[in-house]
Amino acid sequence: MPTVAPFDLPAHCIGVFWLRDIPHFALADGIVHRLDDGHKSVELHDGLLSAAQAGDRLLTGGEDGKVCSLDPDGSFETLAEIGRKWISSVAAGPQDIVGFASGRTAYVRFADGRIKELQHPRTVEAIAFAPKGVRLGVARYNGATLHFPATEGKPTELEWEGAHTGISFSPDGKYLVTTMQENALHGWKLADSKHMQMAGYPAKVKSLSWSAKGKWLATSGAPAAIVWPFHHKDGPMGKAPLELGTRGTILATHVCCHPNEDVVAIGFADGMILAARFADNKEVVLRRAGRSAITALAWDKAGRRLAFGSDDGACGIIDISG
Amino acid sequence: MSDQTQPAKAQIPVTVLTGFLGAGKTTLLNRILSEDHGKRYAVIVNEFGEIGIDNDLIVESDEEIYEMNNGCVCCTVRGDLVRVLEGLMRRPGRFDAIIVETTGLADPAPVAQTFFMDDDVRNKTMLDAVVALVDAKHLPLRLKDSDEAQNQVAFADVIVLNKTDLVSPEELAEVEHMVRTINPMAAIIRAERANVPLDQILDRGSFDLNRVLANDPHFLEGEDHDHHDHDHDHDHEHCHDENCGHDHHHHHHHSHIEELGVKSLSLRGGEMDPSRFMTWIQRVAQTEGPNILRLKGIIAFKEDPQRYVVQGVHMILEGNHQRDWKDGEKRESRLVFIGRELKEDLLRQEFEVCQV
Repeated sequence: MPTVAPFDLPAHCIGVFWLRDIPHFALADGIVHRLDDGHKSVELHDGLLSAAQAGDRLLTGGEDGKVCSLDPDGSFETLAEIGRKWISSVAAGPQDIVGFASGRTAYVRFADGRIKELQHPRTVEAIAFAPKGVRLGVARYNGATLHFPATEGKPTELEWEGAHTGISFSPDGKYLVTTMQENALHGWKLADSKHMQMAGYPAKVKSLSWSAKGKWLATSGAPAAIVWPFHHKDGPMGKAPLELGTRGTILATHVCCHPNEDVVAIGFADGMILAARFADNKEVVLRRAGRSAITALAWDKAGRRLAFGSDDGACGIIDISG
Repeated sequence: MSDQTQPAKAQIPVTVLTGFLGAGKTTLLNRILSEDHGKRYAVIVNEFGEIGIDNDLIVESDEEIYEMNNGCVCCTVRGDLVRVLEGLMRRPGRFDAIIVETTGLADPAPVAQTFFMDDDVRNKTMLDAVVALVDAKHLPLRLKDSDEAQNQVAFADVIVLNKTDLVSPEELAEVEHMVRTINPMAAIIRAERANVPLDQILDRGSFDLNRVLANDPHFLEGEDHDHHDHDHDHDHEHCHDENCGHDHHHHHHHSHIEELGVKSLSLRGGEMDPSRFMTWIQRVAQTEGPNILRLKGIIAFKEDPQRYVVQGVHMILEGNHQRDWKDGEKRESRLVFIGRELKEDLLRQEFEVCQV
């Protein structure tokens, strides 16, 4: 039986991360809490908006215009400060490169501290680095832009009408997927820019998670995890997605695939967390409904413990080996 | 979300403040941020500009109009607001209400539509009112040469006529007449140096169907204005049909008030047949929506003990029962459209056909 160790914190949880096997909880008030021989915390921002893991470090962006890098021992460094602007997105690249975004500008900070600014005609809604090479993807209005910030080369533009608000590369680098203001995903096969439309959601898709080896893409935005197959030649085109952990009218708000097995943890709007297996749709309740929506989930490296966070700060660790 | 285990959360009211450069917006915002009125406001601005107050709750945001990808020409939202409101609402408890400042050149419709079209925004916040701050001296000229100025006045729930000390009583009467011609629904408040009482522009509930029209003396003409709180499910109609697009024709605007592009149409009638009226008003919103900036109405349905209120922004239409008709209250139906190229005769005829 899975056991839940609750960890009640005072603010909205932006993200949970395992840094050197220590669970970290990044909250919207700017404080990052961790469970490392007891409860420890460090205040990084006056208001934290974005967080992303970079190996053993945590990158954060704040309402204070700062980008920070936190080590699991609690020490941190301010990587950039751009004044009174919101850092809406941060991303970790190869070679210690850090990306962040504010308004219509994406910034790339190289390991030597040099910062390159990439201006856009419209808001940079979200950023992500490709798994290989120094390539930054930007989600924007009417499509996505791929930059090659280490070179002076021209960016590649991928067009698709509508507002693209989130972005993710498949782990093998073959596909780029965006979430949209509409209740849909859009995807491009990068080799030939072929389009993939993934629609039919009752709500906006806010959470994406690639399964082990990138064979599947799990998504929120429906009263179940919608899991698209990406192991066919043309990705999910012409294939029906799996629907896992279906629950009447309660929306799945966050999903996180297991690091090794074809299993996804699904967090719901009422705080419930389920785990569901792709092969047979078998599901297990990991946490019963609580006070507020699940906003963050992360498996540890071994796939034994699942850290979670929620809208009102109810966080915790679930040990599935019990 | 129909979530049983979650207590209903109070939605934070949002006031949209529009106005051209020089109308006095900065003065008003500084007052809202600095006066001791017991409430805390978060303010979303285009540029920090001249707001002299250092306050963490002032957020700069690029106006970002996103057309929804559903083929519907007036389905636009402000993408930046979706993001900034989401961020603000993750740290509730720091403020009691939010003010969104927009420039005079901005179209207020996408701002308003954001509160109806985006589920996340709708769950956590509610549009309280669109307040237009206008310069009494310069407004007549602005109205004649700019669609944006007309849109601002037409769209507003409250119009603050600022700098009234700089105009003669005749000029003031003339400008009020112009404003009233464009927008018979809005409350007009005179001010000098933006000295409008803040309780007259904030927390008005102009889009709250339980309160809509309740504080509008022009619309209700001598009625008692007490209102009851009812819990109702809100009917929410919205066109997502690819064919609901509509061609815009832009006519040349002459410099007479009668020929301003924006007009209002006030309809008044007796009791209505509910199914005929609902079918009609939904069709009007779908086909005429692009030309309708705002609509508001109080409808008396046959054999219905309650008043039905309806309001709309372009193609978005909301309606609900508001409260019981009172003893002695005249059961009549009133409906006001504000828009461009309204098919006045047709709307009037069709409205009349909906009567019992």
